[in-house]
Amino acid sequence: MAEKSKLNLNRVPIPKQAPDERKRNFDEVALGYADEQALEEVSRCIMCKKPGCKDGCPVNVDIPEFIKAIGAGDMPEAVRILKNRNSLPGICGRVCPQETQCEMTCNLAKKGGPIAIGRLERYVADWERVHPEVREQQKERISLSGRKVAVVGSGPAALTSAADLAKLGYSVVIFEALHVAGGVLMYGIPEFRLPKVIVQGEVGYVKSLGVEIKLNHVIGKIATVDELLESGFDAIFLAPGAGAPMFLDIPGENLSGIYSANEFLTRTNLMKAYRFPEYDTPIQVGRRVAVFGAGNVAMDASRCALRFGAEEVYIVYRRSKTEMPARLEERENAEEEGVIFKLLTNPSKFIGDERGRVRAVELYEMALGEPDASGRPRPVRKPGSEFIMEVDTAIPALGTRPNPIIPSTTKGLELTKWGTVLTDEVTGRTSKDRVWCGGDMATGAATVISAMGAGRRAATDIDALLKK
Amino acid sequence: MHEILKREVLVPNTVYLKVEAPEIARKAKPGQFVILRVDEVGERFPLSLSGWDKNEGTLEVLFLIMGRSTMKLSSLKEGDCIMDVVGPLGRPTEVESYGNAMCVCSTFGVGPTITLAKALKGRGNRVISVMEAKDATYLFWEDKLKRVSDETHVVLGDGSRGKHRQASQFVKEYLESGNKLDRVFVFGRVFTMMECSQATKPFEVKTIVGLTPIMVDGTGMCGCCRVSVGGETKFTCVDGPEFDGHLVDWELLIKRKRAYLKEEAQAFDLWQLDNLRRIAELSELPGRVSVV
Repeated sequence: MAEKSKLNLNRVPIPKQAPDERKRNFDEVALGYADEQALEEVSRCIMCKKPGCKDGCPVNVDIPEFIKAIGAGDMPEAVRILKNRNSLPGICGRVCPQETQCEMTCNLAKKGGPIAIGRLERYVADWERVHPEVREQQKERISLSGRKVAVVGSGPAALTSAADLAKLGYSVVIFEALHVAGGVLMYGIPEFRLPKVIVQGEVGYVKSLGVEIKLNHVIGKIATVDELLESGFDAIFLAPGAGAPMFLDIPGENLSGIYSANEFLTRTNLMKAYRFPEYDTPIQVGRRVAVFGAGNVAMDASRCALRFGAEEVYIVYRRSKTEMPARLEERENAEEEGVIFKLLTNPSKFIGDERGRVRAVELYEMALGEPDASGRPRPVRKPGSEFIMEVDTAIPALGTRPNPIIPSTTKGLELTKWGTVLTDEVTGRTSKDRVWCGGDMATGAATVISAMGAGRRAATDIDALLKK
Repeated sequence: MHEILKREVLVPNTVYLKVEAPEIARKAKPGQFVILRVDEVGERFPLSLSGWDKNEGTLEVLFLIMGRSTMKLSSLKEGDCIMDVVGPLGRPTEVESYGNAMCVCSTFGVGPTITLAKALKGRGNRVISVMEAKDATYLFWEDKLKRVSDETHVVLGDGSRGKHRQASQFVKEYLESGNKLDRVFVFGRVFTMMECSQATKPFEVKTIVGLTPIMVDGTGMCGCCRVSVGGETKFTCVDGPEFDGHLVDWELLIKRKRAYLKEEAQAFDLWQLDNLRRIAELSELPGRVSVV
């Protein structure tokens, strides 16, 4: 570990595929630390008396201790410490926004060189994946309480709560609507950012704790929440994700070649359309692609479009660069790969050809005005600035609304005015007895780690209540 | 995994399957559908339910061979398994006491129509069924439909049964000659649904159609199945699959159904090339029919 007197503020960069190469394949972009790189990064940690990093982690991983274990060459111990608080480290190490969490509160952040905690987390998780004997040795002996909990969904909130509850001795059954477990980690986040074998590895870990996963079970259809309660579950944690995509609500939006980001990413990631015709699901990506919105999902969609061979991919966003909701790292990755940002621009209509396919979009320019309710400058339309841009594929990536299937089939489940489930922020309790909720269904679209935090809090509260 | 308990080629290109799916069978209602995925590389696609048996724990589906997925499904034998079956999805048909209810069907719409006619009769409706087929070779389950209808009419495209060649002509004349209808349901080919809706519109008889756009997840997550109804965008999988036929934007539906024609043809041809032996083993050689 480093002496405080000679701080090393040079973060060890993570090796990546070169932009020109990676923009044409779906392989993972970031390649992960080699042993010596990880050790070098660990050596920068000053082992603060009052570590800030831990407070920045929504699931309170004991960060200094696992870093210390890597430094001491005790990888099984690093795995044990990490997994004690985080059941999905391989995922978090890749997709958590560390720069606004643990790495922001790292005491070295003030000096401009926080420890690359995410990269180290990933390093430990990847080591575990190729050392299954360690997982076997660390397998906890669980004494079953005889109580049953149903978890609806199998994304980050669901997997976290299921793992926590299983470790506490509950019999947990996960009900997943799709044909694989993982939720947004499988259908949403692309292979090049989060390889699916990593996700399935983490799902396998949750299963190894005794959690049963029922795939192809749409709760609200094959069984309602009330029927689950009647059939013997003592508690239910609802974490089905957000679900319904939002569209721009402008003329021409139903032309062929216009995909919601959800559809575009589901075809690509879940259905593996990038391997068509080996896989049956097709996708159509033309020469010129426009993605609307500037969140992480928009970055994912634009980078997928490049990998399908699109020549020009545009991010069309009505505000300026500073207001973009995407993580800086994702934006930079997209820029490096050649995504073109059309800022202060908004679409007014789509124009189709005689076969009903999109061929162009009419756009207009915006100027930034006074701050709006979100505190960001309100974009105002510039009169007479309309212009036409030719596109073959258009992808609105504007976020999602809650899926109506569970709310419309569950009695006594109160909703907010946005259609999300009314949920106690601390405990995850809903207005319905024995029913908890977390993740996007409770908060609207958010991050993987915040969903995991909600899963942990709900599991803790379920345990507290059922133990009584 | 869902075992195929019974398989039958009813008429050329039209296959009937009875599949093990006890949990879905317990909840199924008329008008609902399932999403299937045949194997590990398969796509997700919807099929309307043509029947179910709660006690037996089975579902029945009926489909036309239109592309690689339906071709693959049709090549499975009794005892083989379908990898994924999800359901029951979509809103069930609103079955009430309407009075005179007409059920029009063609091809794969015959199955769902039989389940609906049965339910309509259960609510005391007088059920008038109209069945449309290309010619006598493509006619099936006429007796089954008769058993659940008060009146059954068959319309053949070659004009060999009665004077009409299309169900919509029959519906139009039926109303023109003063017969009163309180509700019309149409399941099957898009053109049948569109033309029957046009036929009933001047008479202001509410006409419910069961739409079959392309779907991916089938649970409201992707928006692939969006249609325009009365100027509003709806997701067929969660808002439908049944809509007011007088309000559906048919041109949009047809264009969206045709969006992947090129890819579908390519995938179909490649699968055939790779599966010559499997195809040869089937007793009836299936061809491929139009998507719309």
